[in-house]
Amino acid sequence: MWSYERRLQYPVNITCRNPRLAQVIISQFGGPDGELAASMRYLSQRYSTKNRKVAGVLTDIGTEELAHMEMVSAIVHQLTKDITPQEIMDSGFERYYVDHTLGLWPQSAGGIPFTATFFQSKGDVITDLIEDMAAEQKARTTYDNILRLVHDQEVCDPIKFLRQREINHFQRFGEALRIVQDELDSKNFYAVNPDYLPDLRK
Amino acid sequence: MDVKNREKLFGCITATSFVLDDLRIYLDTHPTDQEALDYWEKVSKVRKEAVEEYTKCFGPIYSYDVKNKNRWAWVEDPWPWEGRC
Repeated sequence: MWSYERRLQYPVNITCRNPRLAQVIISQFGGPDGELAASMRYLSQRYSTKNRKVAGVLTDIGTEELAHMEMVSAIVHQLTKDITPQEIMDSGFERYYVDHTLGLWPQSAGGIPFTATFFQSKGDVITDLIEDMAAEQKARTTYDNILRLVHDQEVCDPIKFLRQREINHFQRFGEALRIVQDELDSKNFYAVNPDYLPDLRK
Repeated sequence: MDVKNREKLFGCITATSFVLDDLRIYLDTHPTDQEALDYWEKVSKVRKEAVEEYTKCFGPIYSYDVKNKNRWAWVEDPWPWEGRC
């Protein structure tokens, strides 16, 4: 189970609102390489492995991604706090605003709603971990793209923290993949699902 | 305790918690690294003391730690996403 701690993993205190930037950063909430997809990906995948270390990595990183989703949401919330109708029209925020007011709804910057098709849970730990390493890299690239557009230090700071975590998680998933592959035997040279082999060697 | 001390104590909780968040996933793939295990022990202790002190002086950050007398302290303070006002 999960329980809530009344704090962010890393502080978010933004004093200068910027709805245009919020529309870009919301992609890391509900977009294809966002934190919600990351969390749901790892927490869904963890049931497919008998390796307890790898299940631990998926559980703990999946949990940390929930904290990242909260940080991204806090950034979007603070960037749009109390914006005026004039600011809404001047920043192109009106197309989001009309459906959600200033509420948080998981979507990409391009307006594509969050969907479970942003990730896989393939039931094969090797397949899944390779997706997870790619996912961390894609999220890191997205943060790179965001950082090029941000000039406010109060926004830059937590985004840089989140970017760094992608790199760290990439490393841990790489180790998890190594752990699984080291346990394969010589008959499984091509790294077929080690936890579900029935009827495969006919 | 004043606002400055409150921020300092909260900063200590944030920092020590993060060390443990990072160590946790390191230890998942390196479960016998003695140096990391010792560091976990050391930082856990500092974090525990900071959380206890903060909860006592300023209220709970964790709902299991809410001690009720005649009010529900869990919903009194700003939520984390509100930022500094």
